[in-house]
Amino acid sequence: MIEIFHPALILLLGAAVVPFLPQKVRGPVMLLLPVIGLSQLWAVEIGNHGLFTAFGHELVTFRVDRLARVFGIVFHIAAFIGILYALHVRDTIQQVSALVYAGAAVGALLAGDLITLFIWWELTAIASVFLILARRTEYARKVAIRYLIIQVGSGVILLAGIAVRVAETGSIAFNHIGLDSPGGLLILIAFGIKCAFPMLHSWLQDAYPAATVTGTVILSAFTTKLAVYTLARGFAGTEILIYIGAVMTAFPIFFAVIENDLRKVLAYSLNNQLGFMVVGVGVGTELALNGTAAHAFVHIIYKALLFMSMGAVLHRVGTIKASELGGLYKSMPATAIFCIIGSMSISAFPLFSGFVAKSMIMSGAAEAGYWGVSLILLFASAGVLDHSGIKVPYFSFFAHDSGIRCKEAPWNMLVAMFIAAFLCIFIGVFPGTLYSLLPYTVDYHPYTGAHIITQLQLLLFSMLAFVFLVRIGRYPPEIPSLNLDSDWLYRRLGPALVTRFSKAIDDGWGLLMGACGGIVSGAIARGYRLGQSTGPVSRTWRSASSITAILLLLALIGFSHYVSR
Amino acid sequence: MSAAANTVSLASHLPVLQVAVPLIAAPIAFILGSLGAGESARRTSAEVCWWFTFAVSVAILAISGNLAATVMDGTVLSYELGGWAAPWGIEYRIDSVAAVALLIVSGINLITLLYAKHAVVREVPERIRGLFYTAWLLCVTGMLGICATGDIFNVFVFLEISSLSSYILISSGRDRLGLLAAYRYLILGTIGATFFLIGVGLLYGLTGTLNMADIATRLPALAGNQTLIVAFGFLAIGIAVKMALFPLHAWMPEAYTHAPSPVSALLAGTATKVAVYLMIRTMYTVFGVELAFDAMMLGVILITLSTVAVFFGSLAAIFQHNAKKIMAWSSVAQIGYMGIGAGLATVTGLTAAMLHMYNHALMKAALFMALGCLFWRIGSMQIDKLAGMGKRMPWTFSAFVLGGLSLIGVPLTAGFVSKWYLILGVLEQGWWWLAVLIVISSLMAVIYIAKLVETMWFREPAVDAPTGEAPLWLLLPTWALVILNFVFGIYTALPVGVARSAATALMGGN
Repeated sequence: MIEIFHPALILLLGAAVVPFLPQKVRGPVMLLLPVIGLSQLWAVEIGNHGLFTAFGHELVTFRVDRLARVFGIVFHIAAFIGILYALHVRDTIQQVSALVYAGAAVGALLAGDLITLFIWWELTAIASVFLILARRTEYARKVAIRYLIIQVGSGVILLAGIAVRVAETGSIAFNHIGLDSPGGLLILIAFGIKCAFPMLHSWLQDAYPAATVTGTVILSAFTTKLAVYTLARGFAGTEILIYIGAVMTAFPIFFAVIENDLRKVLAYSLNNQLGFMVVGVGVGTELALNGTAAHAFVHIIYKALLFMSMGAVLHRVGTIKASELGGLYKSMPATAIFCIIGSMSISAFPLFSGFVAKSMIMSGAAEAGYWGVSLILLFASAGVLDHSGIKVPYFSFFAHDSGIRCKEAPWNMLVAMFIAAFLCIFIGVFPGTLYSLLPYTVDYHPYTGAHIITQLQLLLFSMLAFVFLVRIGRYPPEIPSLNLDSDWLYRRLGPALVTRFSKAIDDGWGLLMGACGGIVSGAIARGYRLGQSTGPVSRTWRSASSITAILLLLALIGFSHYVSR
Repeated sequence: MSAAANTVSLASHLPVLQVAVPLIAAPIAFILGSLGAGESARRTSAEVCWWFTFAVSVAILAISGNLAATVMDGTVLSYELGGWAAPWGIEYRIDSVAAVALLIVSGINLITLLYAKHAVVREVPERIRGLFYTAWLLCVTGMLGICATGDIFNVFVFLEISSLSSYILISSGRDRLGLLAAYRYLILGTIGATFFLIGVGLLYGLTGTLNMADIATRLPALAGNQTLIVAFGFLAIGIAVKMALFPLHAWMPEAYTHAPSPVSALLAGTATKVAVYLMIRTMYTVFGVELAFDAMMLGVILITLSTVAVFFGSLAAIFQHNAKKIMAWSSVAQIGYMGIGAGLATVTGLTAAMLHMYNHALMKAALFMALGCLFWRIGSMQIDKLAGMGKRMPWTFSAFVLGGLSLIGVPLTAGFVSKWYLILGVLEQGWWWLAVLIVISSLMAVIYIAKLVETMWFREPAVDAPTGEAPLWLLLPTWALVILNFVFGIYTALPVGVARSAATALMGGN
């Protein structure tokens, strides 16, 4: 036990210690924690560790296999980058909650049974909400409560699903679950909420842009990718996920194009990227699952990079509205370069990390025969280029000069961005390193002529379209506005409908009660007529009536036997 | 054989002594009661007569207690009357079911007799008191005999003994309507007994035997026989008339209303219970569950009629203006509960029926006795006359309220226990609607009890209303029964255990 320590516990113990350290020491200590955790994770053998028996079930608190490990590695990298990026922040709440949140996410990855998973699952929700609350605005407080309700709701549904599943199978092992049973369906819904499935997604665009500058970077890394991991483990090859994923890739594009808040644009594109991973899980072949894991890996890094660059802008300028930004490349050249690297990664330019991962999923879908789906993915890739690849850097750093002059981002942000950008390019150039970590053996070559030419055609024509639209002035202008997303359904329409309905129900209830009252009073009146002392029941029966009753009963008994024989 | 019988102690003769003692005592009571000629001598002789009856009642309670203790472990006492072996001679057969019924009859008999001593002063003319106790003893004899005997013709004989004597008892009060009520009862009771006799005759024709156990062994071979169906119909209806099962109940509200209070209490506590016992005995032991319930559809008949009884009985009770009549109609409803339990043909259902036999005897006798206390003071049972009497007679009133709670089935009372088992038995069958109906009918019981309580407690008494409690001799037996209601509502193990073992024996012994 001494030689191998659970990586999640390292982060959690760190979170317990950090508040008592002086601020100067905190930074190095916090940076050290994910490094130790990663070394522990790397050192442990593949297999089940940390076995306990509780509730009459065997808990597997520390399961390491290739699927969990690749996610674990990138979670630690993301934690490291996120902490480095936030090094200048002197906010104990954010520091602790970031560590607890990362630890909980790692713990959930390594959970080998559903009960352990549930405990970590809820902890991620509770820890992460402080990253939003830490912004300390009234708006952030409201968002945080909405976020917490949905995340804890997901946990409750997960618990219900686990209970049903355990009742059905008697096993709490967290392996392939599938949709064969109601328990599986509940668990899928719980995972789907965290994975921001269509119509369950709006918490993401609601919460991530509302968090602190540094909190968003941390938030974007863990929750959704944890959900992708659980889907890959529990529901690989579940066909409906392909279509869910395809919808996920496509629909956020429209919102992203018209959105003004650039961090919100990134949140939509996060949703779109998750769609690729969900498609990969749904296809469920080795290639597709490898693609999902690889995409999650690179996505965490380049999405963090993009959020970091936008966070740096927000940090320096104080706004992140596209309509108020522009021309920042003069003030923040390094940030601009890192942002472009992130953009090229997410757009899957060859030699950038997105290319080597995303193409695996698309090839996987195509190989499995889902041509329609791969076309949607293709369209979505073009859309990604448009909103994340061009729109984000274009409107913040170029476009019309807003006249804003500010300082370059702080050094720790730049270093964090540099590391992320370096990884983006490194993985893009040397995909073998990443491929060697993937769950299944990889026999895939991204840099074939066909792949490169297809991708470049796609990218260049998308850029052409963007340029053309901007030139003729038809590109949706950046105007200060709020977009209505599906959360409008439950935040505005729902209450309105509920008010309307409750009145209708009220009226209907009144009518129903009136009718029931009528029936009851009718019954009472009838009872009164029957039962009053001169009524047919209560008045003293004549003997002849009784004798008639006797004879009728006798006849009835005889008759019923005559009929029934 | 006779030599051997002589050497055996008195204990082996208990089954027949249970019946023979009150039977032989009856004419002695008559003689004792008719000795006095003058005014004071008549009073003395009535007094002597009561003490004699009391002694006999103590003796038969002791006997039935002894019998019950003997058979509770599952043994069955069989006594050959006159030394004639079973199929030819008359057999007295005491099993746990019979022992419970005997215990109810002799127990209620003793308590109501204690009560009768003073109650009759107001309600029964002095000159016929000797006759009253004679009839009382004969009535008890008949009911004990029905429970003890294993011979179905003997049952008819005892049925007639108890019926004829109860006609006398009902009409013995000062209330002239009692005569009319007794006459109605006479007509219907005789028809019921005749039906029973016709059924017995048909069974005898079919099987050539009158011994219940013997008939039971021969009947399964006759399944499908049309005569058997007719015999079943006559027996079932005959017993249902004695049970006062709706719609054959018409004699009961009148009879109980106009009988003297101790008679109402005695009959309400025992007569219908014995009829329920007879129904259970005939259908479960003689016909057997398969024949009675599968082939003859007794379950459908009983449960349908009983459910209707529960509702119409409660409904009619709500609207009555005479307090005793409310209780009498309530008995119609309560018989329905026993019928439902017996009609379920499951161990739980039978347990509920037998528990309710026992518990209803306790609660209804207590209520009639509480009403008798009121009558003793007021001289009327009309609701208007009861107004405000609760404050004037607090002990009587509280006894009535507590007995009423048991009747409603409030937890911690005996009534709750039996209703609980009844609902359990109904739910076992999945008949939740019937469970709902039972609960609703209990609410109806709340209404008619509350109606009386409201009258007695919340209304102002009339200006000329009498004051003062009922005499201690009336209150003591009443309170004894009320307390028993709570004792058996709290210590449920004994009655439930006995009822369950009896039910199991009936279900297993078919």
